[in-house]
Formats: sequence, C-alpha cells, structure tokens
Amino acid sequence: MTPETEQDWAALLLRVRDDADRGAFALLFRHFAPRIKAFLRKSGANEPLAEECAQEVMATIWHKAHMFDPKRASVATWVFTIARNRRIDALRKSRRPEPEELPWGPEPEPDQADAMVLQQESRRLGEALAQLPEKQRSLIERAYFGDLSHSEIAAETGLPLGTIKSRIRLALERLRHQMS
Amino acid sequence: MTIRHHLSDPLLMAYSAGQLPEAFSLVVATHVSLCDECRARLMAFDALGGAIVEDAGQARMAGDSFEATMARITGMPQAEPVSAPRIPGGVFPAPLRDYTGGDLSAVKWRSVGMGVRQAILKTDSGATARLLHIPAGQAVPDHGHRGLELTLVLQGAFRDTEDRFGPGDVEIATQDLEHTPVAEPGADCICLAATDAPLRFNRLMPRIAQPFLRI
Repeated sequence: MTPETEQDWAALLLRVRDDADRGAFALLFRHFAPRIKAFLRKSGANEPLAEECAQEVMATIWHKAHMFDPKRASVATWVFTIARNRRIDALRKSRRPEPEELPWGPEPEPDQADAMVLQQESRRLGEALAQLPEKQRSLIERAYFGDLSHSEIAAETGLPLGTIKSRIRLALERLRHQMS
Repeated sequence: MTIRHHLSDPLLMAYSAGQLPEAFSLVVATHVSLCDECRARLMAFDALGGAIVEDAGQARMAGDSFEATMARITGMPQAEPVSAPRIPGGVFPAPLRDYTGGDLSAVKWRSVGMGVRQAILKTDSGATARLLHIPAGQAVPDHGHRGLELTLVLQGAFRDTEDRFGPGDVEIATQDLEHTPVAEPGADCICLAATDAPLRFNRLMPRIAQPFLRI
C-alpha cells in the first residue's frame, strides 16, 4: 500500500498507536523523515544535527502516537509541531510553554466524518499554499523556517485558514458541551 | 469568561512558528489555555506549518537511519504525562503554574511601591515576564514602551485610554501607546505582563526606581 491521502497517513499512525505496527511506521518514516530533515536543514541545522533530530522526531512520533487525534490535526500538522519543538530545543536552546491540554484526546469511538473533513481541509490548505505566487509563499516559509523574527512576521497569508479554524472551533464547542 | 481582547494573527503565527521569546510564548500559551477562539486560530497556523513541512522538499536520510530510529525508540523513556489540568477554582492555567510552582498563593511577591507588587518569572533573555498585583482602584504609573508589551488579565480588571480589560483579555501595547492602567474597584487585579524592552515611566520617581524594579 502506498498512502496517497491525508486519511491514509492518519490510518497508518493509528495502526502505530493501537498495534505498535512496525510496517505502518516504516511507511510513515519513508514519507516524513526526509521532509522533517529538509525542514530542519532549511531552519539552519547542519547535516549531522538534522539527521539526528529527524530520527529523534520520528522516535517521538512512535512514542506519542497515543496522543494523535485525527479530528484535531492532520498527521503533517502533528509532525510539524513535534519537529518545531525539537528545533527550539536543539537550535535555539529555549523553552516554549505549551497551552493547557484539553481533555479531548482520542475517544473510544472517534467520529470518522469529523476526522475526514479536517484531513481534507488540510490537504486543500497545502494545495492553496502551492498555488501562491512564489514571493508570497517564500515569505510564509521563511517565517516557519525561523528566518524572520516575531516583529518581522506579518500574518497576511492570503490562504484559507478560516475554514480550518471554523472546523476546529466547532469541535471545541462540542467538547465544551460534553464536558459541562 | 467572556474574552473581548484576543491575540493578533502575527503573534499567533510567530508562536506557531516557534519564533517568540519565551516570555511572550508564556503569555500566548496562558491566553490560549483560556480562549477557545485563539486556540482554534493557533491550530489553523499549526496546520499551515504542517503544509510547509509537507512542501519543504526531501533531504536524503543516512543509510541506517530507520534501524537507528528503531533503536532510539527502544532506548527512549515512555512519553511523560501531559501537564495536570487546572485546579478547580484556581486562577492560573497550567503553563503559568509551571513558572510559579503553584497557583496564586505560591507567588513570591515583591513590593514596587504604591501598593503594587510584582514577581519576575525566569525566562530566556529575549523578553521579560512578570506577574503584577494591582490593588483595586490603584493606578500603575503612566508609562510608554520602547518595544512590545503584552498584558493578560488573570483576575479583576483594568481600564486605560484604550478600553476595559477583564479576565482572559490581553492588551497588545506597542511603542505608540502611552497609558495609565487603573485597576477597577472591587477585586485586586492580577496580570501577567511581558515586554521585550524596558518600560519608560513618565514621572520622575518611578524612572529613578526603574533599575531596581527590573521592569
């Protein structure tokens, strides 16, 4: 099986989560490890450091798979947050306080439809990013590769971030409703 | 809690990209813990980060990379449990409690005059974070900013020339803003504030005191 869609990646990660499935992890590794390494190289890590950190990020993905929830993030998004945190540790030697965790971790019976819509929205965001004019896309990439300081970042992306935000906002409202 | 003053898109994007000094990250993480709207906006910026990783190209992995990673997995400790949820009735969300070692009662306050107390939190040197305790009805000395100042209200409320800021609200003050925040009557006001440059006070006394206050 060669995964082609965001849902397929999520299904593989759930197999790692539920069955410690080494074959599923190998497919995730083949796709994501070179991308994580490229992300770290473009963020200023040299070759050996990028290799070491990419391995560490993949190992963290294995260990934290139980925290992955396909309703709140695509696999690529989740991988990004782990790679970013590793980069802050390794390159900036700084701390990044994280928001309080919400008790919305994986449910016994996850809502497949919600997860599918979020994964589709994530894919559309990727397509929209690829279609941006080169100059605009490069400015956004430089922000995420750490080339811009916080005062240089202007968040006008021209991307449909509002649709993903609304989707997550709805999931949060439902969660708050269940908790009350 | 009805939050009316939110984080800006550039701050959320810089936090998502991992580019904020620790003190500002602490304000963002604390506000997001209280505000579902900003949490959803932040997760949209994280999704953008995901799209960028997907699009970043591919760097060749070392030949034994997969086996080396499997060996790391075996050698790694289990993932640590996530931070504890808020204490019922507590004032501080989890990220702030990590810096104070507990809720409001754990804070080691120091008087800075006029009834105002503060506690500096230990962060990296890019910016300074501190908690402020302003007695109900008391003004914080008139001050302007050379850089950016974020002020998040945790309890009580304050007013300045811009607006009223209540629990969960964050004021984003740039160097154009000269303001005199006044705590509302009623409850004492507790704020988390972060600046990336020293404040400049406009009256003589606080300006002399400034080196001692470290604000």
